[in-house]
Amino acid sequence: MKELMLGNKALARGLYEAGVALASSYPGTPSTETTEEAAKYPEIYCEWAPNEKVAMETAWGASVAGKRSYCAMKHVGLNVAADPLFTISYTGVNAGMVICVADDPGMHSSQNEQDSRHYAIAAKIPMLEPSDSAEALSFTKRAYDLSEEYDTPVFIKMCTRVSHSQSIVETGERSEPERKPYVKNFEKYVMVPAAAKKRHPIVEERTRRLTEYAETTDLNRVEEGGDNSLGIICDSTSYEYVKEVFGNRVWVLKIGLVNPLPVQKIRDFAAHVKRLVVVEELDPVIENHVRSLGLAVEGKSLFPAVGEFSQEMIAEALGEKPAESCTPIENLPGRPPAMCSGCPHRGLFYVLKQNKCTVIGDIGCYTLGSTPPLSAIDTTLCMGASVSGLHGFNKVGGSESEQHTVAVIGDSTFMHSGMTGLANIAYNQTNSTVVILDNSITGMTGHQQNPTTGKNLYGDPAGRIDLEALARAMGINRVRVVDPYNLAETDAAVKEELAAAEPSVIISRRPCALLKEVKKGVPLVVDPDKCIGCKSCMCLGCPSISFRNNKAVVDDTQCFGCNVCAELCPKDAFRAI
Amino acid sequence: MITSIMIVGVGGQGSLLASRVLGRAALDKGYDVKVSEVHGMSQRGGSVVTYVRFGDKVASPIIDKGGADYIISFELLEAARYVGFLKPGGQIVTSSQQIDPMPVVAGTAEYPQGLVEKMTAAGAKVDVLDALKLAEEAGSIKASNIVLMGRFSKYLPEISKEEWLSAVKACVPEKFLALNTKAFELGLFA
Repeated sequence: MKELMLGNKALARGLYEAGVALASSYPGTPSTETTEEAAKYPEIYCEWAPNEKVAMETAWGASVAGKRSYCAMKHVGLNVAADPLFTISYTGVNAGMVICVADDPGMHSSQNEQDSRHYAIAAKIPMLEPSDSAEALSFTKRAYDLSEEYDTPVFIKMCTRVSHSQSIVETGERSEPERKPYVKNFEKYVMVPAAAKKRHPIVEERTRRLTEYAETTDLNRVEEGGDNSLGIICDSTSYEYVKEVFGNRVWVLKIGLVNPLPVQKIRDFAAHVKRLVVVEELDPVIENHVRSLGLAVEGKSLFPAVGEFSQEMIAEALGEKPAESCTPIENLPGRPPAMCSGCPHRGLFYVLKQNKCTVIGDIGCYTLGSTPPLSAIDTTLCMGASVSGLHGFNKVGGSESEQHTVAVIGDSTFMHSGMTGLANIAYNQTNSTVVILDNSITGMTGHQQNPTTGKNLYGDPAGRIDLEALARAMGINRVRVVDPYNLAETDAAVKEELAAAEPSVIISRRPCALLKEVKKGVPLVVDPDKCIGCKSCMCLGCPSISFRNNKAVVDDTQCFGCNVCAELCPKDAFRAI
Repeated sequence: MITSIMIVGVGGQGSLLASRVLGRAALDKGYDVKVSEVHGMSQRGGSVVTYVRFGDKVASPIIDKGGADYIISFELLEAARYVGFLKPGGQIVTSSQQIDPMPVVAGTAEYPQGLVEKMTAAGAKVDVLDALKLAEEAGSIKASNIVLMGRFSKYLPEISKEEWLSAVKACVPEKFLALNTKAFELGLFA
């Protein structure tokens, strides 16, 4: 059946058809929907793991136990899972194991734009790169066959435009492979030096055999062009842009297996064409390989190593006439993302700003606390870095720093990798103040459950980790819970815990305002006779409040009724509608 | 021949559903279709863009400057923001709704005036309607996306009203079908 399908959904369909039994992932844009869509098939057990390392190890365990398994993560999540990754390359698999990593060129929703293809090379793991939804489905199925044939985990590398574009796919039937028996095998599964020394040559031999496979597989496809003045080697979404510009006018070598890359196939292709160009987003991975073969090639001399490509950009760089357009209108105000109306994080950030805190931030919706007018966050690095960064900051800054500096971290991020930072604070002792922004969900990626919510991926009851008990068990004596809608209570807690001469955890607890089960309050209106135009409420950066004719105005269609603005008003001008 | 359409607005306004209805209508018509969406951080009240392209054979899922035949916009400032993506003489169908972006809320910028005139001067054809009011009339302000699709359907005569409504039916829950059908018709005849 032909369907228009999101790349991530097509990948999930591939998991289903390949007979996958288990998927364990940590949510991360743009990879998240692969696991959410897989969960719609009752045949695939799916779960959110606390982090990517746990997810990958879980998938590995399932593979060793004999069933096809899957884990997914965004590019930066692969850094977290890098430790098991490099050694799973050595142990290989029992049943097939596929790792999806989704890059984010252009950083639509990421803190960097690292190129995951380097990991495939470094860990010596084959990597398939689909260009559209149909390939996301078919490559996923082939990845499982390759995984079992070559005894290796296999990467499927997605990117934002493949993950989040819909194109037409044809679906097939599910195959249901028998569970492979688990057989105890010291030399394969116990990676102590004696055994690992025997596995490494096997890995090298595997790469040699896979390079042979790369020469002949149709995953790497030559498309003949009208004339041979230009030959383009490209992968992923760049292939689609190249075809959009040139159709069948030029020679194209489409790379579907990006690691290991073929040698002779590229030499033959280069010999056919007068000018050889590599079109690839981010780093010159293919280009460097081609150059290492001693071939004359252009790539990053024509195209940037940053951001996303487009057909127009490629056309212009290769000498095609640029498209004519309407004249852009200059100097329009930007529209950056902002915290939603009713967001529980807003009150907390307001309090931190009022207390002139230095705020060591983390990854999540609350990173938006860094944007004007609150501008309350000083640093953002990676998952969990707020807690451990705060400890280092305070060790050097001493008590002066301890009295003004906090870490802010979400509930899901805390479970991901904030806990170990708190362990360091409890163990090596700084009088640090960690604020856990517990909105009872993983927010930014679109509402996934986590170990603190009491629900599993399916929304069914599950184990629940008690944040207060956890912090206390680590040796933090000062643990308190505040409601960030209550500014006075939150302010008092922040002041007291910053002053305390021991480590503390403040849990700022309010569910995300976008959760279906959260009831909206009564929207507010401003009494224009009372409003004196002092703009006290405007410093919250609430999208429901604007300032017109020197008065605050509430958009009642958007207002959530959290009342935080009313708490700030010196003239009591806000009232329920 | 490929038709390239951008659907623009503010995160949370319902552009994903609009793009799915449009993609479905084109698919049912037998076209090759590609749709590119935005997920993640930008959805939180930021400027969002969805691309829909259909024709005999579509390679790229995205649209860059000078690539769009049409822009469907949920918000006036967002329509203006992407006018440079439109081919000369391209058509904009936009709601008259204005939502202050954060720099305006924060008082560091003014919401620009005369945007329709500016877009026309930039070389675009502009069709403005009060999609929010019509959606409210249909039963819910959330249906403004379908109101806009109704209005836009006038510019694509190759897809009939019945085909559009069948695509709407395929994309919305049964209980909201009557509301969305009304929203589509209010947009079409506005």
